[in-house]
Amino acid sequence: MRTGPTGKLLRRDVVAELLRDRGGLLAIGGLGAPAWDITAAGDVPENLPLWGGMGAAAMMGLGLALAQPSRPVAVITGDGEMLMGIGSLATIAVQRPRNLAIVVLDNEHYGETGMQETATRHGVDLAAMARGAGIGDCRLVKTAEEVTALREAIHGGAGPLFAQVKIDEAPVPLVLPPREASILQARMREAVLGPAAHLQ
Amino acid sequence: MPDATEDWPDQIYGLLKEHDIRQVALVPDAGHSRLIKRCLADNDMRVVTLTTEEEGIGMLFGAWLGGEKGVLLMQSSGVGNCINMLSVPIAHRTPLPMIVTMRGDYGEFNPFQVPMGNATQQVLEAMGTLVKRADAPEDVAPTVNATLRMAFNTYRPTATLIGQRVIGAKTFGK
Repeated sequence: MRTGPTGKLLRRDVVAELLRDRGGLLAIGGLGAPAWDITAAGDVPENLPLWGGMGAAAMMGLGLALAQPSRPVAVITGDGEMLMGIGSLATIAVQRPRNLAIVVLDNEHYGETGMQETATRHGVDLAAMARGAGIGDCRLVKTAEEVTALREAIHGGAGPLFAQVKIDEAPVPLVLPPREASILQARMREAVLGPAAHLQ
Repeated sequence: MPDATEDWPDQIYGLLKEHDIRQVALVPDAGHSRLIKRCLADNDMRVVTLTTEEEGIGMLFGAWLGGEKGVLLMQSSGVGNCINMLSVPIAHRTPLPMIVTMRGDYGEFNPFQVPMGNATQQVLEAMGTLVKRADAPEDVAPTVNATLRMAFNTYRPTATLIGQRVIGAKTFGK
């Protein structure tokens, strides 16, 4: 797994490893770069990349994880997106969904709007906030080995788990998913529920 | 047995069962307290207390992705917290039924409730939500039924606003 000029992990390599041999894993990508990252790993129906709804990615993961308790669900989002919905960590901790993982790709910046600094740049510790909310497995991830261990934990069903992955801040090429959001939801529903999804 | 003017929360609960609602997202409101108790007592419903109402919009979108139906219960002030997040069910064309108990409506005592209460219907409609009001106890069940049907049959955000004439105004003894 490669690192960038800052010595931190490259975001695309992190996501490619987390989504490797994914089986039935369902992934929600927070708006902005994480949505492009999960798309770069494979534009498949089991991905729901978000073009909006900032602050709600983790809660979407909760609703999906509760509805599909036998499938692993990973929310892969950014530090700015997570900070906007930080209260949802309390909501999720109380519900204790064993199949839900929240992975924050933390580059300490708002990447889509001109690389302004986020609060994590100034010492705000997201993993500590998740731990404080009551999520049992909270990790700070900085190495390739820790990413691989995180991948195994996502599939392990001992969640909920929260991971703050420190990544390099250098921008990477856009890999855009379909922008018509009705397609994005319908293809995931069909992947999960079969053709009956469209008759519900 | 409660009389007909008081059992509208039980009628809503019955409709939630009829529509196979499995996820109930809410920020508590006194007007919904009886309905919340019924939902909490039901092992086939997952009641999730939110830190802010907009969380419920994300959660119910996720529920729909996974094949479960949900409903969002809140007070009118909470509608204001949801405005931008309504883009999620609109852009994805997914159901989002909301049952809103009104404050800042008939006989309100608290000045802070009036601005959002007075704007609730306009704000929801400005964001593409189908809104119906129930201002008498006997109107609550048919209106909520319509809100559930329009959400799940036509894939969009819908809302019933239950007026303060139904719930009763909180007067703090004044």
